Amino acid sequence: MTFDVNAFLIILTGTLIAISCGLLGSFLILRNMAMIGDAISHAVLPGIVLAFFFSGQREGIAIIIGAGLLGILATIIIDYLSNKVKLQNDASIGVTFTWLFAIGIILITVFAGQIDLDQDCVLYGEIAYIPLDLIVTENNTILGPRVLWIAVINVILVLLYVGFMYKELKLTSFDRQFAQTIGFSTSFINLSLMGMVSYTTVSSFEAVGAILVLALLVVPPATAYLLTKKLKPMLLLTILIGFLTSLIGYYLAYFIDGSIAGAMASVSGLFLLVAIVYVTLQKRTSRKPIAMPTELKA
Amino acid sequence: MITQVQKPVLEVHDLTVSYGRNPVLWNIDFTLPKGSLAGIIGPNGAGKSSLIKAIMGLLEINNGYIKVFDQGLNEVRKKISYVPQRESVDWDFPASALDIVQMGTYHKLGLFRRPGKAEKALALDCLKKVGMEKYRDRQISELSGGQQQRVFIARALAQQAEIYFMDEPFAGVDISTENMIVDLLKDMTAEGKTVIVVHHDIHSAPKYFDWIIMLNMYLVASGPTEKVLTEALLEKTFGGKLSLLSDAAQLIKEKGFNPLKS
Repeated sequence: MTFDVNAFLIILTGTLIAISCGLLGSFLILRNMAMIGDAISHAVLPGIVLAFFFSGQREGIAIIIGAGLLGILATIIIDYLSNKVKLQNDASIGVTFTWLFAIGIILITVFAGQIDLDQDCVLYGEIAYIPLDLIVTENNTILGPRVLWIAVINVILVLLYVGFMYKELKLTSFDRQFAQTIGFSTSFINLSLMGMVSYTTVSSFEAVGAILVLALLVVPPATAYLLTKKLKPMLLLTILIGFLTSLIGYYLAYFIDGSIAGAMASVSGLFLLVAIVYVTLQKRTSRKPIAMPTELKA
Repeated sequence: MITQVQKPVLEVHDLTVSYGRNPVLWNIDFTLPKGSLAGIIGPNGAGKSSLIKAIMGLLEINNGYIKVFDQGLNEVRKKISYVPQRESVDWDFPASALDIVQMGTYHKLGLFRRPGKAEKALALDCLKKVGMEKYRDRQISELSGGQQQRVFIARALAQQAEIYFMDEPFAGVDISTENMIVDLLKDMTAEGKTVIVVHHDIHSAPKYFDWIIMLNMYLVASGPTEKVLTEALLEKTFGGKLSLLSDAAQLIKEKGFNPLKS
């Protein structure tokens, strides 16, 4: 097989997005908040519409900021409903994101005559078009696909975020009360994570579409969670699974001539299935009696 | 029967706490001397856990104030350690025993800094003190309840605090772990640290604690164990339930009833 630039660009972008989503998603599942990715990805719609209305651009920093703010607002509403109003956590999530999404839909229809925006271009990207949308400078140098650059910036920011906040994210995910008693601002850490999730989902939607983003937020971290016993290996394995998902998913789509995002999301599901089978088999083989541990006397 | 002390390490003044509209603690007012090993006892729903959560700033206070070392909580956080109930966290979390104990050093590191060699050495030392050094790399879900509790105690030791609040550290642990923890706490108070423990077993309370705080939504008693552990005060704290229990125990003794035989 000869080197195919288009395939390389698509797989690379897919991998970068898988890394961004997977690292943040790992902390989401450890906080029992996996579905918040779903919620945020819908709740950002009004922010995108308003940002578009004021800035007039369909992509760019305004959209990211609008989405980020709405993501954080959604988190605050969910927090308020579950902690102060004492609604169940999943009910709070369900109420919040459908409501915000509905407002987004209304905004789109109200502004429909004035702006060129619909649900499709907000929620569904197409990874196959990545190599076609290039950044070209004034003197005609081609800087590569625009979406790839967006994904590069995103992954760098996510890596910096997780790198600097690792200790804080780990402790608040494990024992929020203890974190609070030693003076960590647990609500700030939580909001910063939600802000990063909002930014990452919006930044990635355009490139690969909603379903793949949501799959990458949850499925690779869940797979790695089953296979590892420590946080760092879990994060590293999430990255590896993200890469393999992108690689195998692309070629699966190539051979069946189908949707690339669909194929990648399906492959991530298959990885989870393999992990479940592996863990189940391992449990069965390790059920044989073991020697009495000597430490029992202590 | 509330004994107030001069120069207390902990002062709880007129504390009232409620969940929504339901008050859980009424006008709690007591002081604790330095170096005491204090037990908070009372029936279920008496607000024992709520009391230490309120002291740790985890619950909103409706009225009153709390001073530790004559200062507000935020000024002295580094000197205070809190051991939550074991069930309050998810033990399936991907971390080893050593990882968890190292969390006890986080408050000294500040933002962005990761634990280094010194913190790891301290954490290992604390694991050793609770007899868990063999399990340093064991994933926490693979530990027994008693071992998990030891890990929590080790994390508290790693905080190198002056005053420790422990929520039901003896719940669901075996007798050897319980004895080990009690010995450790006695060593700590001998070194001048102060330890406050939420405890549910009245029978072992006099053996373990030199100071008893009796709670049943309001403060029934607070003072040296020998002064407050009287039948009248126990009855006031637990209501009629206690005498019922001792009646049953008496009956069992008299009849020589053995549930294993019959």
